[in-house]
Amino acid sequence: MTIPLNPETCGVDFSPERAAAALERRFDVECIRRDFPILHKPLPNGKPLVYLDNAATTQKPRQVIGKIVECYENYNANVHRGIHALGDRVTTELESAREKVRAFIGAGDIEEIIFTAGTTASINLVAVGWGRRFLTTGDELLVNEAEHHANLVPWQQAAQATGARLKFIPLAANGTLDLTALDELLTPRTKLVALSGMSNVTGAVNPVREVAVRAKARGALVLVDAAQSAAHGGIDVRNAGIDFLAFSGHKLFGPTGVGVLYGRRELLAEMEPMQFGGNMIRRVRRESSDFADPPARFEAGTLPIVEAIGLGAAIDYVTAIGWDAIVAHERALTAQAWGQLSQLPGLKIIGPGAEQRGGIISFTVEGIHPHDMAELLDRCGVAVRAGHHCTMPLHAALHISASTRASFSLYNTSAEVDALCAAIEYARQVFRRG
Amino acid sequence: MSDDLYDEFILDHYESPYHRGHLAAPTAVHEDENPLCGDHVQIELLVDADDRVQEAWFDGHGCAISQAAASILVHEVEGKTLAELREFQARDMLDLLRVRLTASRQKCGLLSFKILKTLIYGLDERRQQSQAPAD
Ligand SMILES: Cc1ncc(COP(=O)(O)O)c(C=O)c1O
Repeated sequence: MTIPLNPETCGVDFSPERAAAALERRFDVECIRRDFPILHKPLPNGKPLVYLDNAATTQKPRQVIGKIVECYENYNANVHRGIHALGDRVTTELESAREKVRAFIGAGDIEEIIFTAGTTASINLVAVGWGRRFLTTGDELLVNEAEHHANLVPWQQAAQATGARLKFIPLAANGTLDLTALDELLTPRTKLVALSGMSNVTGAVNPVREVAVRAKARGALVLVDAAQSAAHGGIDVRNAGIDFLAFSGHKLFGPTGVGVLYGRRELLAEMEPMQFGGNMIRRVRRESSDFADPPARFEAGTLPIVEAIGLGAAIDYVTAIGWDAIVAHERALTAQAWGQLSQLPGLKIIGPGAEQRGGIISFTVEGIHPHDMAELLDRCGVAVRAGHHCTMPLHAALHISASTRASFSLYNTSAEVDALCAAIEYARQVFRRG
Repeated sequence: MSDDLYDEFILDHYESPYHRGHLAAPTAVHEDENPLCGDHVQIELLVDADDRVQEAWFDGHGCAISQAAASILVHEVEGKTLAELREFQARDMLDLLRVRLTASRQKCGLLSFKILKTLIYGLDERRQQSQAPAD
């Protein structure tokens, strides 16, 4: 595959093969695989790992692992505190990671980037810090049944606490958003629309920009859960008209324990902190305190410093490869998987066609419960996820209790898609359906 | 004990379950689920005056382990007294399945056992209440 690679390598430590690939401007999956140590460790049963659970968490390249080790071995200290060389260095590294995040999502301002514990923490921060402050009885929040619980339950809680009401964008039969009635659903009382950039079950890519334009026309804010979409393509919050954006480091080749909340400057300025203590204050008196400006106001206590720096390294890594190349590779895998899976007897794919989705395919196979399927695939070395994937309302709407999900990333190969299909055949044989 | 989770015994119970359905007038009914994977089981007991399980039926949906375990359990409890079933332990249930369950699948294999224990507990409570002197 010949795809233009991003000429800026952002200081990523390239292997010689990768450097050669970059020079030739080609996406070489074998070179990329060499960056991920875990892909080369056989499983306990001796089988090679076919990792297709990327929507749950992605594997980490050695550039990220190396950065984490570098932090701990060379400049481990707390940030914004110690007046000493290590403190200085680590603070510089952390703020440089913040700048990388800013550039990655197209935010205007580094103060709009808050480090959190992850997508869930980010959405909760908005639901409490903005929601409890600004929502009142009769206000409306526009959500939908396809969301991850992390982008539904916090809004249920905000609604219960404030008297606001949840309204749902209806779903089409395939589980994608049906936007035909959006303009009627949006009323002058709609305060916020919360939706994901990409479904973690159907892989459907939501038309965020279109929703944002229509929401804006009614004066509603837009929050995007980018937990999935962040790992699959360029985000541009300003261009897309996004007011709040949440994502996790661990689904973007970075460490667990760190995530991001982007909020427009004016909105963050009005928001209440959710946690109180060190780092988030300007002045503390005996009985009351003044809070720091964002982002520090929302970063009480010691941050996941090394994790945030590791996230910065992950962003460097994907930026250097280039989104165009990554997305093209994932699309090719998704199209191949779609084609092959849909040929398998008894297999039903959930969601839209291959063109309308990112690298996620969830499915059911007649007569084999997803849990059994995942267990049997695991025997073949194929790691997938089974269950409701934290989307119980979506599964209820689709009249199923669970599904099996295969999700692809930049290091997956065409041969791994074949391995998935062969493993499903094996499962059908065990269940005497072959 | 088989190391193959999907040996014939489990698959036979999964595909041709024993007493899958409902009683016309059960003495006790309880249902529960395994929120992680959405396994759902309901068990109905018909208990006679001598505290003996005359009939046991189940219904539900979920993975092969959870559904086969329900089938195996209702077969096992029929004819037993509540006193005997009070002695029935999780270990006994796992032995009945004849396969070695990984830690993550024990919840599936023990869902029906948990339901049975709740049923017996409920029957005991009911009895105590009906025997308590009215005031
Ligand atoms: C769409 C979506 N939203 C939110 C989350 C929650 O992310 P985290 O568990 O990292 O907070 C996930 C991940 O499971 C997800 O896929």
